[in-house]
Amino acid sequence: MRLTLINVIVAVVIAIAFAAVNAAYLVWAERRGAARIQRRPGPNINGPFGLLQPPLDGIKLMAKQLTIPGGADRILFIIAPILAMFPAITSFVTIPFSETIVAKNMNVGVLMIFAFASLGSMSLLIAGFSSRNKYSMMSSVRAVSQAVAYEIPMLITAITVVMIAGSPDLMEIVRQQSPSILHWNIFPLLGNSHNILMPLAFLIFFVCTLAETNRAPFDLGEAESELVAGFHTEYGSMGFGLFFMAEYANIVIGSCMTTILFLGGWSCPFGLFPGVWWFILKLYLLIATFIWIRWTFPRTTIYGLLNLSWKILIPLSLANLLLTAGLIKVF
Amino acid sequence: MNPSTLASPGLFTVEGLVGVVFLTMAAITLVGGLIACNSDRLVRSLSGLVICFVGVAGLYFLLNSPFVSMMQILIYVGAITVTISFAIMLAAPEEKRKIGPPSLFSGPLGFIAAALIAGGFATLAVKTEWTVHDKINDGSMKVIGLQLLTDHSMVFELVSVVLLVAILGALVIARQGREQ
Repeated sequence: MRLTLINVIVAVVIAIAFAAVNAAYLVWAERRGAARIQRRPGPNINGPFGLLQPPLDGIKLMAKQLTIPGGADRILFIIAPILAMFPAITSFVTIPFSETIVAKNMNVGVLMIFAFASLGSMSLLIAGFSSRNKYSMMSSVRAVSQAVAYEIPMLITAITVVMIAGSPDLMEIVRQQSPSILHWNIFPLLGNSHNILMPLAFLIFFVCTLAETNRAPFDLGEAESELVAGFHTEYGSMGFGLFFMAEYANIVIGSCMTTILFLGGWSCPFGLFPGVWWFILKLYLLIATFIWIRWTFPRTTIYGLLNLSWKILIPLSLANLLLTAGLIKVF
Repeated sequence: MNPSTLASPGLFTVEGLVGVVFLTMAAITLVGGLIACNSDRLVRSLSGLVICFVGVAGLYFLLNSPFVSMMQILIYVGAITVTISFAIMLAAPEEKRKIGPPSLFSGPLGFIAAALIAGGFATLAVKTEWTVHDKINDGSMKVIGLQLLTDHSMVFELVSVVLLVAILGALVIARQGREQ
């Protein structure tokens, strides 16, 4: 009992530190990556390769005054960035980074991550409404309709994986994929499922992760050319900083989930030395893909975005669910 | 129940901490409900509702049912409040304060109804013979699914009838709107 409590407290502290460091250095990676793709140097003055840029930015943000616009709903305005950060931190508690590195493994791990992810859209909504700003309001309407649309195919795909593993326990899902690369849920050759549509399910899940974290090409919530900065237009100082940290923490959690559900978690492709390093490697490869996609694809329109989800992704993921159910019954 | 077991245990025993967690969750639920009912702005009411649902989810978690607790957050916070927020956006994008005189139901009648329900629950709570179980099962998806489709299949079927009625009602309302 006491051990679990200490585990969870330590895990939360580590999760906050992990989220903060990741947020800071993913911003740096994002800016360097963008610069590389656009053929310019990017931040390279402060420290070697510009590595001192993130702490300096953090100090700058913390030193600024937190202004609240007149006419804004003060209480909700202050709560919104906190509410954005809270589910991201909580989700880290149940993510198994390796066989031993997990704070509190739950028998409903998959559900817990998605339940707390769905809290995130509430924070965008509250931020947009409480700012008393037309752009913020439009942004939050967009962000919420997008979150609702993409949550459905994402959950259906996750349920497919849960059906294959026969358990919503994240560690159990990874253990079943452990033997070799052919047991991973993305490749259907060995293991429980012989479903040839699983690579498609992986793609659906990845696209939904992009959309759920409001990343380009689905970043309609903060389309800079139309909506100034979207739901966080009125936020300065650490209010803005928290929204930014939450965005990157959500990217990390989305990539963790993709790694666990489809890419075998901490297991090695060849069955050698399974451990946390494989998890970290897969995690950062996925995050690098996120950054790569952001700077190479143009933003979609809102109709294209909603059509993609309701007319293509949801029917495909449902068909995949039925096919998987049938194949599990047959084999 | 034996009255001596009702004596308050020390704060730093397991029972004491559970009590603290229970009271916290109950307080969160109550405060959320009060905010939802009494605030002037719809968005604040909605936030109150979210707080209330999170409190209820905490109670489920405390009662050793993580699955129901997570579904509470996923469905009520993630889906239902978002749907309500859509309704707010479509109906009144400007934050409006409550207007008009209070209806008959918000005064004495509402109070009587609330008193009847509260009294009923209180009587039920006092009269029931509470038995303290050990952990019945792990509250996992598998156990709940098996229970729903075997012992409680009647309830499961009745829930689908309720959903059918709701869908039919929505269709009727939508149809009327189209003809106007």
